[in-house]
Amino acid sequence: MEICAGRPRKLGKINNINVMKQTLEIPTLAEMTAKGESPDLLFWVGCAGSYDERAQRITRDICKILHHVGIKFGILGTEEGCTGDPAKRAGNEFLFQMQAMTNIEVLNGYKVTRIVTACPHCFNTLKNEYPDIGGNYEVIHHTQLIQSLIDEGKLRPNDQHEFKGKRITYHDPCYLGRGNNVYEAPRVVLETLDADLVELKRCKSNGLCCGAGGAQMFKEPEPGNRDINIERTSDVLKSGASLVASACPFCMTMLRDGIKNQDKEQQIDVLDIAEITVRANNIGPDSVK
Amino acid sequence: MISQIIFLCLFTAAIVMFSLNARRIYRNIKLGKPVDRTEHPGERLKLMLLVAFGQKKMFKKPLPALLHLMVYIGFCIINIEMLEIVIDGIFGTHRVFAQMGEFYNFLIFCFEILAFGVLFSCIIFLIRRNVMSIFRFKGSELKNWPKTDANLILLTEILLMSAFIIMNAADYKLQEMHIPPYSAAGSFPISNLLVEVLPNNTSTLIAIERSAWWFHIIGVMLFLNYLPISKHLHILLAFPNTYFTKLDPKGKFENIESVTMEVKAMLNPSIPPPDGEIARFGVKDVQDLTWKNLLDAYTCTECGRCTAACPANITGKLLSPRKIMMDTRDRLEELSVHLSSNPGQKDDGKALIDDYITREELWACTTCNACVEQCPVNINPLEIIIGLRQYAVLEESKAPSSVNAMFTNIENNGAPWKYAQADRANWAK
Repeated sequence: MEICAGRPRKLGKINNINVMKQTLEIPTLAEMTAKGESPDLLFWVGCAGSYDERAQRITRDICKILHHVGIKFGILGTEEGCTGDPAKRAGNEFLFQMQAMTNIEVLNGYKVTRIVTACPHCFNTLKNEYPDIGGNYEVIHHTQLIQSLIDEGKLRPNDQHEFKGKRITYHDPCYLGRGNNVYEAPRVVLETLDADLVELKRCKSNGLCCGAGGAQMFKEPEPGNRDINIERTSDVLKSGASLVASACPFCMTMLRDGIKNQDKEQQIDVLDIAEITVRANNIGPDSVK
Repeated sequence: MISQIIFLCLFTAAIVMFSLNARRIYRNIKLGKPVDRTEHPGERLKLMLLVAFGQKKMFKKPLPALLHLMVYIGFCIINIEMLEIVIDGIFGTHRVFAQMGEFYNFLIFCFEILAFGVLFSCIIFLIRRNVMSIFRFKGSELKNWPKTDANLILLTEILLMSAFIIMNAADYKLQEMHIPPYSAAGSFPISNLLVEVLPNNTSTLIAIERSAWWFHIIGVMLFLNYLPISKHLHILLAFPNTYFTKLDPKGKFENIESVTMEVKAMLNPSIPPPDGEIARFGVKDVQDLTWKNLLDAYTCTECGRCTAACPANITGKLLSPRKIMMDTRDRLEELSVHLSSNPGQKDDGKALIDDYITREELWACTTCNACVEQCPVNINPLEIIIGLRQYAVLEESKAPSSVNAMFTNIENNGAPWKYAQADRANWAK
């Protein structure tokens, strides 16, 4: 089961896409507005969630969760643009503010009030850096949304799910943890799993970066003796976990690369909190109306 | 009488010199740009009490925290003894607080225990720094003067505490021998252990007691004036520095206001662009930093907790957040010397960027905030790094080519990668 963990997942992915095509309806705000509807929540997908193949699966799973619990949501679709986070962290304040003001114009045009994002970088930027230039929204990260859905009793893991008793650890994304003090929400989700939860040696406020932040994702690392994601992977290996939960598409890429680099991809899975929720709750296409 | 005059002269000189140094540092900090850190005074006070006074963040590492706590409490409480020494020195009295009776005995008892605690901790600290191999004490920026500085501070504290204990031991022995003015006062749990090894000759004992007394007080005066040129300034600046901490979430980076005005004018032609000469974007030199960044630099005690947590440094990159702070202080000191010897001049042709902090260091940062989180006195090296990056990008257009490519992608298709904007929602199809 463990050894071939990679294969059924791939099949699952293909199935999901096919099913998704038939059932998952994801309206854009433009479409909703045309129909005279307004959403309860805007799902800010982010660039990684839109274009990165691996992150797209997280995106779809978040949509499934939203459908499952009956939240009326929409996306911006092609009207969404980079929040400007990587530009700002790399020192390009002009480009950041151009992006921010363009996005704020779109968001305010649709009178958006609540936003959920799947990316801690978008989350941080929208929540903390947009208000000063005219973008005031209630912004939550998807792990916080899932936590509140669990608290409300709207999500509950199935009696039989694949994570029972599994050794699971969690990697804190910097912009969720240290950046915004969201440490508990993702852990609450994992605590519902009846799994063998283990913390990494460097966790919570002492968590070690995956190496992608501050625009490092888009450049070669400066000269050093090893890559940061390899350093982080050593923490994962020491924890003995067979699954690392993450909550950031960039951490996801970094952790997967690190684990692959150590030839451990057969033994250690990396899944987003949203993906874990979908599987544990068995939220399939069946439940999508 | 002569000794009173000598004491008063030395004491006045020490205070005057310290005030001059303090004023110089205050002026240097004021070279920074304004930033408002006064809102929510209640929250700030609480933060200061917890982090500076209560040393909350030190306890991320329990063992050094306990040793440091011992030195800290020792330092604070033994200062009550300093008050007595100063009064005695000015008025020619001896142990003027002895009139307190039992309470005085209790005080001296505590001082002795604490003095021993300080002595013990400082010896352990010396061993940790010089014998053991501890990652954060090995950085390349910690060679030469910074290493000497740290050892000098520890040695001074050891000498001061030793003088204090020897003084008490001689005093106690003289008390036992009923030599005036050494009337019975105080309780000496540590120094009574030394009584046996001291000579029995009265005049020698008095000489030892007086020498230790003078050594201790002159040592303290010298140490006070050593602070402004040393990393040890944190014992004073930790308090204002934690009080003026940024209260926003760590992930929030300030938006540059002048850029906001420019971008607004660019996006909306009806808004006129800001007139007048626009100040430099980003940070080229220390005057471009905020006063809080400069206060940070003076507060840094080079403990290296930031560097030991920095993902870039851990993996062998050149960046060390501690070095960023040390460079900032060194550059500020250099500039202040230049400005005071060349009044009217603004520039000495050098800058924080390149002359002190290299591009390689700047571009190694992941902006993960680990350094900010670890600092026991709430210093923020990340703000300086981002300021320098802003200068490199906005004023010089000098970013790594892959970063420039990322900028171009965002500009052209609204994503850091080269994908068409029209394909953004393809995942939903």
